[in-house]
Amino acid sequence: MRLSTRPKLKRLAQLGLLVFAVFNLLGVGDDDARFKDLGHHLMCVCGCNQILLECNHVGCQYSDRMRNELSAALDRGDNDDLTLQSFIQKYGTTVVAAPSTTGFGRVAWIMPFAALLAGMGTLVWVVRSWRMRPAPALADGIRPVKGPELERFREQADKETDL
Amino acid sequence: MSQFSSAALPQIGSFVLLLALALGAYSFLVGAFALFIGGKEGEYLGETARRAGIATFAAVFLAAVALVTAAFTDDFSIAYIFHHSNRDLPGPYKFAVLWSGQEGSLLFWSLLLATYGFVLRLRYKTDPRLFAYASVVIAAVQVFFLMLLNFAAHPFAILQGQLPPDGSGLNPLLQYPEMVIHPPMLYLGYVGFTVPFAFALGALIMRYPGEKWIHITRRWTMVTWGFLTIGIFLGAHWAYAVLGWGGYWGWDPVENASLMPWLTGTAFLHSVMMQEKRGMLKTWNMWLVFFTFWLAILGTFLTRSGIISSVHAFAQSSIGAWFFWFLIVSAATFVFFYVQNHSHLRSEHKLESMISRESSFLFNNLLFVIACFTVLWGTWFPKISELVQGNKVTVGAPFYNNVAVPVALLLLLLTAVGPLLAWRRTSFESLRRNFMWPALGGLAVGVLMMILGVRPWKDIAYFYSLMAAMLATLVMLTVISEFVRGGRVISRHTGFSLFGSMLHLWHRNTRRYGGYIVHFGVAVVIIGILGTPFNREAEKEMGFGDKLNIGPYTLVCQSYTQDDNANYSNEWAIMNVFKGDQQITTLYPERRLYKASSQPQTIPRIYPTYAQDFFLVSDLYVVYEGRNDETGRPIIKAHLNPMVPWIWTGLIVMIFGTITCLIPNTAPLRATVPARIQTAPAVGAGD
Repeated sequence: MRLSTRPKLKRLAQLGLLVFAVFNLLGVGDDDARFKDLGHHLMCVCGCNQILLECNHVGCQYSDRMRNELSAALDRGDNDDLTLQSFIQKYGTTVVAAPSTTGFGRVAWIMPFAALLAGMGTLVWVVRSWRMRPAPALADGIRPVKGPELERFREQADKETDL
Repeated sequence: MSQFSSAALPQIGSFVLLLALALGAYSFLVGAFALFIGGKEGEYLGETARRAGIATFAAVFLAAVALVTAAFTDDFSIAYIFHHSNRDLPGPYKFAVLWSGQEGSLLFWSLLLATYGFVLRLRYKTDPRLFAYASVVIAAVQVFFLMLLNFAAHPFAILQGQLPPDGSGLNPLLQYPEMVIHPPMLYLGYVGFTVPFAFALGALIMRYPGEKWIHITRRWTMVTWGFLTIGIFLGAHWAYAVLGWGGYWGWDPVENASLMPWLTGTAFLHSVMMQEKRGMLKTWNMWLVFFTFWLAILGTFLTRSGIISSVHAFAQSSIGAWFFWFLIVSAATFVFFYVQNHSHLRSEHKLESMISRESSFLFNNLLFVIACFTVLWGTWFPKISELVQGNKVTVGAPFYNNVAVPVALLLLLLTAVGPLLAWRRTSFESLRRNFMWPALGGLAVGVLMMILGVRPWKDIAYFYSLMAAMLATLVMLTVISEFVRGGRVISRHTGFSLFGSMLHLWHRNTRRYGGYIVHFGVAVVIIGILGTPFNREAEKEMGFGDKLNIGPYTLVCQSYTQDDNANYSNEWAIMNVFKGDQQITTLYPERRLYKASSQPQTIPRIYPTYAQDFFLVSDLYVVYEGRNDETGRPIIKAHLNPMVPWIWTGLIVMIFGTITCLIPNTAPLRATVPARIQTAPAVGAGD
């Protein structure tokens, strides 16, 4: 059974990886989508603490102007990095809605995943040490149950407590 | 009455607050001393401390009554009332003045804590010694808040200078019915986690044997968690219905502050089951309940210290330092007692298999804690960045969407798989048998979404959306299959109908099956959230008869007008909504200008399209953005937000599930028909 299912599982895993890679590598680059994407990576700087394209303040001094600047940058054919850099130069680093993926900003992105990996590692270590821990000592007169007898008791318990 | 109030209310309020502090300090110090000396004398002293704790509640309650009375009698000699109320403020909002500002909300926090303490001290006979320890811990926290109220943020401070004729008014954003209940719910959640923490610390200090403290606090924790959940969702709904930006969660630091204790609290609710059932994770649970309490206080520190900027935060004030030191002292106290007494927290059993309910709880806890860490990290990173490199950065939605969503998806997967696993160990065969149909159902939904036009390769948000839909379906089908399989077994044994059997099944183990209902609600909420990448919006300046198209809907401006009342002046548009040629509703998006505060507010109008789309319901969300001064015509913005109504439906299911968890179990029925001897399908035992 194992021999026949493992290659299948392996092929399924490879297929899954391929599909995931395709999903991530393919993309569209039209200006509308880029405007929406970049507009959601920028903050309105009026102090409302909202994403640029979500700022709804009546008479906001900044959001309309910033949206026009973004449109103009895309019309000029500036790439995403250049567009973001021009906004940072004009409005400061807080205009970008997320830390950059370079320099110290990279730490922001890495830490949660590092914590997840460290947590997983710790968990595996804890589980392994638990499994290797000797069973607690039994009180006098209690005979430890092992092997088929234990299985039989377990089956009985499963049947009697299946709800 | 007014003259009496002006003269007496601040004095009464100030006096009872001082009295409450004295009583709270007595309850704490004498209660601790009584536990220290023990014996008959200790018992007598402990009883006086318990009664002082009860009296603290009475005093704090009187202080709160005095402040609310001051709001209703327009006593503007009290600075707090002047700053947060005005004569024309409607009655319910005058009541809400109690928690609308810094000082009042601290008084409200103190009142809730005193109420929890009051109930706890009345029920002390359950386990007098453990309750005495818990009472002392609660009294210590109470003393901190009462010191704040008396010396740093006095709600009865007198306004200097001439008595003003009217107040500044309540913040317009808070003048919304949900705001009358959102903060109390949230605070009930925040404050409530003090109770399980108090019991945990008490149990740690007295090296309490067994898991009784967990049994005692189980309902407290569930109720507290329920309140916090309601509070968070009401806040999200308020943001959606009032702020007018078309969204419900902005990853604002204040929102994050409420999410963090919720995440660790949820982890705790799961991991205590391991301690109850198997005597494992004792140390972990102790730390988890401490962190939940600590994060609730940290959230308060964030909102009130001004250390992290947020649109929701209270004004920057000096009380941040008080909270900072309280956080340090509470952490130091816990660590001290943990180091002293941790030896009695050893696990009684070991983990037998990686495929077991225990290991699923371990991974569940890890993911909840990592999710909490991610939110904490994102919230503090601007400050860290400023300290390290001298310039602040923004950590907004794009960060959380990329980092927290994958963790949330993993959690959703565990929510589906966890209930299928039995305690101790589960065979692959049993897992495959129970998992196959729900998994096929989830896959079918994924395929259906792709047929309907969802292209996960176009945007990572679509990919997440697709995954969330598949996993949420998986969770729902798993829950349904658990009910049906269990129901079938009971039906076979008793001859009841399947529905009756499922009802009986739930009633026999309300906690387990109530928990499944909560899981089902979470899946429904996720379905509501996954529509976000498909949101659409349109904006237009509209004259009479002008049309605005959004998705399959057309908004036609029938008219626009303005009005005026004592509290605010307003202008609004009358928008007829059509789908095709058929008019389906009329919406009245509005903009108000509150007179007392001179602050504007948009009132969006929301139409859920149940009648048109049913399962694929969207919110048609229309905002009156303002008026073009030159043409006098309104600017209307419309959002079409797919699936959002499911979020609020999911909340109702979650609340229902939480309530059912609190209902006591019934005794099992005796079989009335002879059961055929056959192998029953495995149903995960226990909770």
